[in-house]
Amino acid sequence: MTNSIHFMLNGKNVRLEGKADDRMLLWTLRNDLNLTGAKFSCGEGFCGACTVLVNQEPVKSCQYPLKDVEGKHVLTIEGLSQNGEMHPLQSAFIQHNALQCGFCTPGMILTAYSLLQKNPHPTEKEILEAMEDNLCRCGAYNRIIQAITAAARAMNQTFNGGRA
Amino acid sequence: MKADNITGPEKLAHAEAFSMDRREFIKLLGSGIVIFFSTGDIDLLPQARRSRGYPEDFNAYLRIGEDGRVTCFSAKIEMGQGIITSLAQMLAEELDVSLASVDMVMGDTALCPWDSGTFGSLSTKVFGPPLRQAAAEARAVLLQLAAEKFQKPVKNLTVKEGVIWVKSTPQDKITYAQLAQGKSIQRHLSQKPPLKALKEHRISGLATHRTDSREKVTGEARFAGDIRVPGMLYARILRPPAHGAKMIKLDTSETEKIKGAQVIQDNDLVAVLHECRDIAEMGLSRIKVQFDTPLDGLNNTNIFSHLRKSASEGEAAPVTVTEAGNLETGKSEAVHTFNAAYKNHYVAHAPQENHTAVVQIEGDKATVWASTQAPFRAQTDAATALGFPPEKVRVITPFVGGGFGGKTRNQQVTEAARLAKLTGKPVQVAWSRKEEFFYDTFRPAAIVDIQSGLNKDNKIIFWDYRILFAGDRSSQPFYAIPHHRVLSTGRWGGRSGGHPFGVGAWRGPGSNTNVFAIESQIDIMAEKAGMDPLEFRLYNLKDARMKRVLQAAADKFDRPLAKAPSGRGYGVACTDYRGTYVAALAEVQADANKGEIRVKRVVCAQDTGEIINPEGIRMQIEGCITMGLGYPFTEEIRFTNGKILDENFDTYEIPRFSWLPKIETVLVDNPEVPPQGCGEPAITLMGGLLANAVYDALGARLFELPMTPSRIKAALATKKNRN
Repeated sequence: MTNSIHFMLNGKNVRLEGKADDRMLLWTLRNDLNLTGAKFSCGEGFCGACTVLVNQEPVKSCQYPLKDVEGKHVLTIEGLSQNGEMHPLQSAFIQHNALQCGFCTPGMILTAYSLLQKNPHPTEKEILEAMEDNLCRCGAYNRIIQAITAAARAMNQTFNGGRA
Repeated sequence: MKADNITGPEKLAHAEAFSMDRREFIKLLGSGIVIFFSTGDIDLLPQARRSRGYPEDFNAYLRIGEDGRVTCFSAKIEMGQGIITSLAQMLAEELDVSLASVDMVMGDTALCPWDSGTFGSLSTKVFGPPLRQAAAEARAVLLQLAAEKFQKPVKNLTVKEGVIWVKSTPQDKITYAQLAQGKSIQRHLSQKPPLKALKEHRISGLATHRTDSREKVTGEARFAGDIRVPGMLYARILRPPAHGAKMIKLDTSETEKIKGAQVIQDNDLVAVLHECRDIAEMGLSRIKVQFDTPLDGLNNTNIFSHLRKSASEGEAAPVTVTEAGNLETGKSEAVHTFNAAYKNHYVAHAPQENHTAVVQIEGDKATVWASTQAPFRAQTDAATALGFPPEKVRVITPFVGGGFGGKTRNQQVTEAARLAKLTGKPVQVAWSRKEEFFYDTFRPAAIVDIQSGLNKDNKIIFWDYRILFAGDRSSQPFYAIPHHRVLSTGRWGGRSGGHPFGVGAWRGPGSNTNVFAIESQIDIMAEKAGMDPLEFRLYNLKDARMKRVLQAAADKFDRPLAKAPSGRGYGVACTDYRGTYVAALAEVQADANKGEIRVKRVVCAQDTGEIINPEGIRMQIEGCITMGLGYPFTEEIRFTNGKILDENFDTYEIPRFSWLPKIETVLVDNPEVPPQGCGEPAITLMGGLLANAVYDALGARLFELPMTPSRIKAALATKKNRN
């Protein structure tokens, strides 16, 4: 219990002292750091509401031990906007009304973010595969796919525009 | 909903308003222009209202503040269905302000007058019209003030986006904010001021983005579990392994050794509390406990015979829902008769957000943050648990992470209140997924028996319909049937039926069961009549609205139907749900060997009366269709002897991305009818629609939902044996 852990959280250094070895990342975020964007829902890694990124990879933070983030980069929904500007995925979710109750939304956006980092031009099939383990009971899946597709397009345009 | 608005000192000042009399309340409202109004459900539970000192002559109000912000105070809640946007649109339209200047304060018992709760697709339908009238009244008051200011008659004034000016001298203008300044005007909506004509609408009727999206995509949106109160403890509660189990031995000594853990035992309530939820959880796992579990012998296989037994033994006589003509006459005129029994299993609500509550006690007052569809019921529940008068309890409803009817009771609120009182500290209770499945008030397992008949002209001549424990919603025949009777035993909730655990309203309560039965039976008759299922429906319908919506769906589907089974997997169904008419066609692909079905396409047309937010309606229809892929195919609570065997999403499968069909929606414009509800209608079709499509694909009729692979294979085997 006297261990110390260091990692990058949303681009900032975080050092935590004396946290239990077996604490899951979700509870560190929600309890110790008061970042409540990652949600507790199924608690067993079946629904994706707690998804955050560790070194760009989506993980179920309710099943991801805190000790495993040592030296790594953690991104939560709170860290996605840059300088007050929303990420294209966030804008696209708004534009396409890709949410209803909003409880699964942070996990959806972060999973999609990881996909677009790795694959800037995903096909619909690739989007479905990447998103498959994130559940939305309200049934916004079709709009989430539209939003991800639109965000990918917007990001590619920005990128290409930037180079030209 | 708007946390910033809730904590302002001015608002807190009248946070106690409803423990005072009305005069005091109005004084506390301060300056600005306030319009009080009452919605349709003001007559509900008048005794509850009176006994608790709530104002009886209004249950919502809106205020135009000195800053020009317009705020609507309503105890309705936002759980994804989108009324935070559609109600604001209706208000902004009639008041002539921008949508962005409207704040919705929802579900706060200190700021919002009493309301029964948010369910039944009623918010837009029942709350919307009086809200419009209140806004029109406010606009009239503002115009009158401006008329006095400019010394001009109202007819010489014009208004746009909260600014009034004199038509002939546009430099003479004044804002609503300026007019509200230093004023303290209260009006009660007593008459019905004229409303704008539909063609004048600029905000209502226009596709609008959700106004709560920004908070929800940035992680700023607060749900009950996101509330943090200094000194708050997280509670984990010891649960029985099965319904009906009694604790006989308890040893918490290992748990008590955990630093900072507090163990509470108060009669039936045993809980571990800690400032970290995971440590409370660990403490719970170290409790040694023995339960005595009586064996009632019931499980999800024999439940239907149990329900039939309950109906014949314990229940009161069935209620006649509707009756016309004479069944015996009808039977004598029938050339074909059809008998069938339709069944569906228990289904869970499974919202993404588990039941959660935070309770903080300060002196003789308490504040509750709860995920609830019924904040005022939560107030009563917390007050009872605390031994406080209700007016000393303030319930704040943050965003609710899905409800679907499952958050109308507030067991978690009672638990958090008891534990806050026992520990003297603020307490958060957030159920685990296992608790969510255990204590859910499931959609009841139910049976519908139908006997029906066709005459020589292939008209439905009689319809003898008996419901056991689904409830009677959507059970009244909308087909033209001269001789019919609908009987209903029990209800969807409460104690009827001898269910081994809690049951209750589930998105479109009763209707999912009834529409599955009705629309399956219609298809069986269509086949016998030698007609395609669309043609047969249109032939037996008189209701022009239903015909129109059915035809609209069929036109969009744009594939001719044929007498089933055609092998193509096309299905059709239609219904009316509390004033909303909805019809859908679907295409499924069946794998007969595996018994697996893939839904490829769903086309849904809906006539919901006047359209407020077309985008909001489409979202609700799409959500209904997507969520509605679950109960027809996978969703069934498995249980034995009071033990719920499905504890998480690994075995209880809800729809996922990969299940998604192509979804097309058609909004049938019908501005003559006032706006109706949208949150439930389309899901009620899905069972019948997909059962009919499966029949068209395989020629095997499924009489029991969900249509699991094993049931599909069994139905195919039955068909084979018959041939």
